[in-house]
Amino acid sequence: MLNTRGVPNLEMVKKCFPDEQQLVKMKAIVECYEEIPCNPCSTVCPTNAIVIGDDINSIPKVYFDKCIGCGLCVVACPGLAIMMSKIEGEKVRFRIPYEFLPLPKPKDIWNAINREGEVIGTASIEKVITSPKQDKTVVLEVLVDYSLFYQFITVRCPDE
Amino acid sequence: MIKTELLIIGGGPAGLAASLAAAEAGVSSIVVDRNQSFGGQLIKQTHKFFGSEKQYAKTRGINIAKKMIEDTHKYENLITLLCDTTVLGVYPDLVATCLKDDKYYKIKAQAVIVATGAYEKTLAFENNDLPGIYGAGAVQTLMNVYGIKPGNKIIMVGSGNIGLIVSYQLLQAGIKVEAVLEAAPRIGGYKVHAAKLRRYGIPIITSRTVLKAHGEKALEGITTIALNENWEMVAGSEEYYEADALCLAVGLSPLSNIFGMLNVEMKYIPELGGLVPVLRDNYMTSVENIYACGDVAGIEEASSAIVEGRLAGFYAANGLKRSLDDKEINDCKKQLQLLRCGPTGEKIRSGLEKRGEGNA
Repeated sequence: MLNTRGVPNLEMVKKCFPDEQQLVKMKAIVECYEEIPCNPCSTVCPTNAIVIGDDINSIPKVYFDKCIGCGLCVVACPGLAIMMSKIEGEKVRFRIPYEFLPLPKPKDIWNAINREGEVIGTASIEKVITSPKQDKTVVLEVLVDYSLFYQFITVRCPDE
Repeated sequence: MIKTELLIIGGGPAGLAASLAAAEAGVSSIVVDRNQSFGGQLIKQTHKFFGSEKQYAKTRGINIAKKMIEDTHKYENLITLLCDTTVLGVYPDLVATCLKDDKYYKIKAQAVIVATGAYEKTLAFENNDLPGIYGAGAVQTLMNVYGIKPGNKIIMVGSGNIGLIVSYQLLQAGIKVEAVLEAAPRIGGYKVHAAKLRRYGIPIITSRTVLKAHGEKALEGITTIALNENWEMVAGSEEYYEADALCLAVGLSPLSNIFGMLNVEMKYIPELGGLVPVLRDNYMTSVENIYACGDVAGIEEASSAIVEGRLAGFYAANGLKRSLDDKEINDCKKQLQLLRCGPTGEKIRSGLEKRGEGNA
């Protein structure tokens, strides 16, 4: 699926997440399934929570207990393959990289999208984070229903 | 006649890196490029780059070009950049004839680094000359350099990194990407790029290619056809797609014509993109004082071109009687080894082996 259509299966996705108990705080979810020569996620991490090592082709290893949820890796990843996630009761809070215009505004309700590009529900936009340090990759903080936890990957404007 | 120690032909990532390395070693160079600006393909790359810090990873390509050009300004007395300048020929006495502003110039160099890059391959199919059918480079130039939409509804052919990245940039420009077609049974590029497209609903269709294009005055649609595991067309599998633009991202070939004038020994190596110069360990071709680096020496990512350019710059400086900084050389070799040692570097490793490079 990943190799022929670009979509990882649920089992692969689940392996990128820690135990749900650890997600009382924001943690980095790194969806890097392929050995490619790339290591910015590990070099920007201030706590060595993401480790690639000397061989930059290695798949990043995430130590969730060390992750402080700073989100530097989200905008550093050239593959837009990292998001932050935190469970809040019936909801999940995500921080996702976003590189399209127009940008949503806080309190907007946009479509929640899965890894196939399908609409799976709604996402409430909480914050639109931009700073020069992010080099034009915007970070959106959104809330979605817990039922979408392993499906959610991005948002799309409902008018599209 | 203009005289220089080092002439570098091509001011893309490899050529700029070579001029900087040569300058670090104290060698003066003239870098010529036929385009209006320096940076080669980097100036159209709006995405963040892979690799590690030393190859400017997580920096957008367009900003890598800016950074490298700024760096050349630190060596104002050593590096001369000549844009809009086309090299017409290089002769065995290392005199290059160049055309700039309708005037001919002759540049006499003590060493030449060829960093001319690559040109795009195309596909043979019926009506492939209809307006609206582009190479991926042209689409990026129109869109990212000049801000012009190449079409409204586009189909991408090729799922290598270029096909996937350009598709994403088309989406960012508000253009509808109908599908990405891939003749091979697997996606060619990095899966993170593929996943990025998929989540915006763009289908990637493997084992399928273009059969013919339709349209009177310009492209109106294409017929695609499935390919079996032997790359044979499967009769009856034709599908029609409506589109006003078709983008071909089906690979690159080294732009190596200039070596023909110099009797440089060449070798046809498919894994390196076609006809490439045979290189010594120090990036010198079979002809004394003629070096090659970057895509013209074998198609690879820009990150590798930058490191190869640095190496060629250092070695050319060494050939001009400057001392070689072993630490720098070893560091560059280590970087190349890391960029190439993973599964995605398999093709380039096998190509380099065929060329007979022990350090591959």
